[in-house]
Amino acid sequence: MSIKVQDPQQTPAQPSPSNEMVKPKNAPRSLFEPTILRRAIKDAFVKLDPRVVAKNPVMFVVEVGSVVTTYFFLRDVLTHQGHPLFTGQVTLWLWFTVLFANFAEAMAEGRGKAQADALRKTRTQTHARKLVGGKEQNVPAPDLRRDDLFVCESGDVIPADGEIVEGIASVDESAITGESAPVIRESGGDRSAVTGGTKVLSDRIVVKVTANPGESFLDRMIALVEGAQRQKTPNEIALSILLAGLTIVFLFATVTLIPYAKFSVDQAKAGDVPTITVMVALLVCLIPTTIGGLLSAIGIAGMDRVMQHNVLAMSGKAVEAAGDVNTLLLDKTGTITIGNRQASAFHAAPGVSDAEMADAAQLSSLADETPEGRSIVVFAKERFGLRERDIVEMGAEFVPFTAQTRMSGVNVQGREVRKGASESVKRFVEEHGGKWPAEVQGIVEKVSKEGGTPLVVADAHRVLGVIQLKDIVKGGMKHRFDQLRAMGIKTVMITGDNPLTAASIAAEAGVDDFLAEATPEMKLAYIRSEQAGGRLVAMTGDGTNDAPALAQADVGVAMNTGTQAAKEAGNMVDLDSNPTKLIEVVEIGKQMLMTRGSLTTFSIANDIAKYFAIIPAMFAVTYPELKALNIIGLTNPESAILAAVIFNALVIIALIPLALRGVKYKPANAQEILRRNLLIYGLGGVLVPFPFIWLIDRILVLLHLA
Amino acid sequence: MNTLGTIQILLFFVIILALTKPLGLYMKRVFDGERTFLSPILRPIELLFLRVCGVKEDDDQPWTSYAIAMLIFSVAGMLFTYAALRLQGFAPAFLNPQKYGGDQMTPHLAFDTAASFTTNTNWQSYSPEAAINYWSNMVALAIHNWMSAATGLAIAIAMVRGFARKSAKGIGNFWVDTIRGTLYVLLPLSIIAGVAMIASGVPQNFTAPMAVKGLEGAAQTLALGPVASQEVIKMLGTNGGGFFNANSAHPFENPNNFCNLLQIILIFSIPAALTYTFGKMVGNVKQGWAVFGAMSAMFLVGAFVANSAEQGGTDLLTKAHVMTQATATQPGGNMEGKEVRFGIGASTLFATITTDASCGAVNSMHDSYTPIGGLVPMFNILTGEVIFGGVGAGLYGMLMFAVIAVFIAGLMVGRTPEYLGKKIEKFEVQMAMLATLILAASVLGFAALSANTNYATTTDPKASDMYATVNLDPKKQQADIDKLPGNASWNALPNSAYGNPTDTYYGSTRNNLNNNGAHGFSEILYAYASATGNNGSAFAGITANTPHYNVTLALAMLIGRFLMIIPLLAIAGSMARKKIVPMSSGTFPTDTTTFAALLIGVVIIVNVLTYFPALALGPIVEHYQMKELKTQ
Repeated sequence: MSIKVQDPQQTPAQPSPSNEMVKPKNAPRSLFEPTILRRAIKDAFVKLDPRVVAKNPVMFVVEVGSVVTTYFFLRDVLTHQGHPLFTGQVTLWLWFTVLFANFAEAMAEGRGKAQADALRKTRTQTHARKLVGGKEQNVPAPDLRRDDLFVCESGDVIPADGEIVEGIASVDESAITGESAPVIRESGGDRSAVTGGTKVLSDRIVVKVTANPGESFLDRMIALVEGAQRQKTPNEIALSILLAGLTIVFLFATVTLIPYAKFSVDQAKAGDVPTITVMVALLVCLIPTTIGGLLSAIGIAGMDRVMQHNVLAMSGKAVEAAGDVNTLLLDKTGTITIGNRQASAFHAAPGVSDAEMADAAQLSSLADETPEGRSIVVFAKERFGLRERDIVEMGAEFVPFTAQTRMSGVNVQGREVRKGASESVKRFVEEHGGKWPAEVQGIVEKVSKEGGTPLVVADAHRVLGVIQLKDIVKGGMKHRFDQLRAMGIKTVMITGDNPLTAASIAAEAGVDDFLAEATPEMKLAYIRSEQAGGRLVAMTGDGTNDAPALAQADVGVAMNTGTQAAKEAGNMVDLDSNPTKLIEVVEIGKQMLMTRGSLTTFSIANDIAKYFAIIPAMFAVTYPELKALNIIGLTNPESAILAAVIFNALVIIALIPLALRGVKYKPANAQEILRRNLLIYGLGGVLVPFPFIWLIDRILVLLHLA
Repeated sequence: MNTLGTIQILLFFVIILALTKPLGLYMKRVFDGERTFLSPILRPIELLFLRVCGVKEDDDQPWTSYAIAMLIFSVAGMLFTYAALRLQGFAPAFLNPQKYGGDQMTPHLAFDTAASFTTNTNWQSYSPEAAINYWSNMVALAIHNWMSAATGLAIAIAMVRGFARKSAKGIGNFWVDTIRGTLYVLLPLSIIAGVAMIASGVPQNFTAPMAVKGLEGAAQTLALGPVASQEVIKMLGTNGGGFFNANSAHPFENPNNFCNLLQIILIFSIPAALTYTFGKMVGNVKQGWAVFGAMSAMFLVGAFVANSAEQGGTDLLTKAHVMTQATATQPGGNMEGKEVRFGIGASTLFATITTDASCGAVNSMHDSYTPIGGLVPMFNILTGEVIFGGVGAGLYGMLMFAVIAVFIAGLMVGRTPEYLGKKIEKFEVQMAMLATLILAASVLGFAALSANTNYATTTDPKASDMYATVNLDPKKQQADIDKLPGNASWNALPNSAYGNPTDTYYGSTRNNLNNNGAHGFSEILYAYASATGNNGSAFAGITANTPHYNVTLALAMLIGRFLMIIPLLAIAGSMARKKIVPMSSGTFPTDTTTFAALLIGVVIIVNVLTYFPALALGPIVEHYQMKELKTQ
């Protein structure tokens, strides 16, 4: 089963913005994979160690209770008194309660551990070609230290994290990202970082080491997915306090019930004070074991879900903060618009007909396989009805784009049709003795000013016109932003474009605000002003100049392709370098908090049914009138108490998938979400236990266990 | 339930609804230091008090200083009252016509009484006309009717400031708030209502008790005194300590239905209006109305349930062919313990209101209610007195529940929970849970202690004020059991206990109960719920004037008051320091009906879960026993 809870667009009517974007790459195939399951069962027992359980006050109380009832069970067995069958069963199910909670945590950890194992395999002992004084030395990879230089050529595994200081290479990063398509890494600029454990596929690079052994990205990643550095998040701590407080309140309620019972028994002159075993059973049923047992699993699973989206969160706190974000800063290119631009208009030069211009534009792009080129052909067909022509049939010769000419085109039937940046085409035209018309210069400037990209088309000495390329807003983004707005999140588009262009794209994409002609300083200032208003800000970034803003933002997602500085400043790294994923991270953060809140509500609401099962059973002899409270008609006192205890244990198991997957999330405003979750987990929590406790009671009686 | 009862409830509610906005707005202006129509008269007095106390008006206190000031004020007041009660015999003769002294106010009783009035509880373990003189009533006790009410008001305002302020260090000045609350709020309302009460027939004099000949020709002593002035602040300040033992059931405290209506309006007026003050101060009156709505819904349900339970009578009455239907000449239902001049409607309404607000004045005997009728007052108290609640105490108690409610449910909308734009974090949860579990521990713990301990006290002068423990384990100490009366009642005199004919057995627990069985347990539970909740009403049935009850009840009252206020002030302080997160559609809305419903749910569920086992052994089992005709 694939995990796709984050995909908010379930209905086919709304096209998903990008399919690969929401598909988790690191997702395990199944929630209950046998290997993880086996390990989790083993770990559940290992975690019975009181020192481990003590970290969770709720489960610690259950474990202490289990020890107490175990003592009474053994005493009953050895002295042949009491009801060893009953005490034994209560004891067994109390131990199961602790085990189930441990199992839930182990399951959540298990998925991370499996992933860590896979990562460790990639960290094979490699040798490094260290550069010392211009000469190569073969040294073991762990001997590399920060600021050392090494060389990698095609086929080499990069021995350490570093920054390319010389050369360009295509690198296979599938070991870390799971993405098999190679990526380009080159010195200088924002794509200079390489990660240890990835493989160079072509060319040669010289790399400066940026991390000492043990501190590398891979090491950190392993530690993160294993949960070794897991710290409780602020909300988790607050919730633990609430649960501990409730546990103490219920401890009071149970402990004081003994003298109350004594009083009642004396007054009624009938029955006995309930046994300690029964009291422990009541206590365990009342304290919030459901959420107490699943709390840490929810946190781990939340981190894990982020990981499945190929985002590395440096802490759970960052994921939680993502749920609280009020303002999202999104880069225009790649996030709101598709990276490539498309033709949106042909402007014919003076004295050139529109049809001739369109014909030339199409001709120049027929062999151009770039997205821009294809968009020109499509545009010519749509607007001018020009059929696509076969370039080979025409006997045309394709002139490819080169870094020197910065143009492409065809030579056909004596014509030399070219298209390219205005500077290049101007040079080309002038070389052919042509004149550069002032009107064309005007069009070029006008297109640029509007945020479009002008491509000039020329036939040898004759300038034919200008193709206008413009940004294309990704499909479905508007809908997405509407959802974010409903969730109370403001979206801000960051762009280097001038305000006019930015405004038009912002309006088309449906973002709430934009920051035009943005500089890193402006971003930083914007984040600060938002934070001063009490808002939490999330942003993505990749360049070194983004580092201050990434550090300032409450949630900073750095692109894996970005520089080392950016990666260190942010608190998350997106291995796919897909800026749109910020939205998914926000949703996961929210979902994590919702899961905790919902299960807490459910857990507390469950208590009502348990009272109705246990209280009449406890005083069946003393106050037989209380049988009126036994509204579901449980068979006898022992079966009633056991049924409640068993339900209490089994509900933990039943809710593990929910805890690991998170509650169903549908973007909506808080009011709607609250009503929905209150209905499901609040009212549901009150009602659900009744039929199940009744069923367990019947099964127990059928099996002659009570 | 009948038409008359329904009309009374609705009429009362409409009056409160009408008072909430104007009074709330007025209090907002008072506590924000704005000018009001009374300023020309009261402002010079206020300034005089501030100068005498050496308080600067704009001296903003952080929560710790605020709490310390509140404690100094309360402790000083409590010590003064203790001394004044013990030394009441030295009062001038015109204030002590009854010639009462320290004998009537034993040390443990004086401790209990001082704690009781300081904490706005006004639990009375004594019979006022037989134990305290006019000096004690007017000075030692009456000052607390003002002081404790003003303190409660100040704390509530400080708490609201915590939510309303942004990145602030302080939460106001305790002395300024207390002086303003007394001068501008309590005093003017008391004067108006006091005159109205005198007009309706409540005495206000210093006359010694008067001997008169009753209708039956028998001689009767009429206790008199400055009743009206006490009565008005007893209600307005949700104090509840009566001038007479019979409290508001006494014809001189509460002579007629007009006075009765005035009294219940006084109880709810300030607590209800504070919800509006709260909304106004945090800048969104809908927030206040949401809290008001939650309180109102719980009040109305309680009032209707109590009314219909009493009006329905009991199965025993039906079986005995007693007519329980209301007719033109008969009230019907269960009239036991109710004043004929009020009837079932006004009695159950009063009982609901006095236990909703932590007032504790009574105009009927809650002990004589049907089990369900008696469950309503008990449950109201066990909510922690948040259904309008005491002056100030109701609002700050409800805000504590709001913090818990927002935290649990707030997570469900997928954000760090926020209330009024303030993030609810670790510290706030810690403090709210601390207050919750201290209150639960006090009610449950003391009730458990009293359900199983026994003391016997002898009034033998040679062994005065000493008490011995009698073990009540039936299997081991049969001899001891035999010494105790089988069916105890008020001040049972077990002449056989120690062979001394003057022995009085006040044993603290089961044998000191008016009733046995589940009802006896209800009596104990009610006493500690009332003390911890600072209510002060008694289910009655137990003789509380014993060292055990006086001391434990006093402790319960002090815990219930101060160990609740201090964590809440800490929350206020921490809230004030926080930034305000602007509201958006992703914010958990707290000014809606959904939130009001959630708040009710949390108040009820938290309390039901805490007290259900105890309640099951008290009123709940009694109800089913009654259904099976097993109760007497």
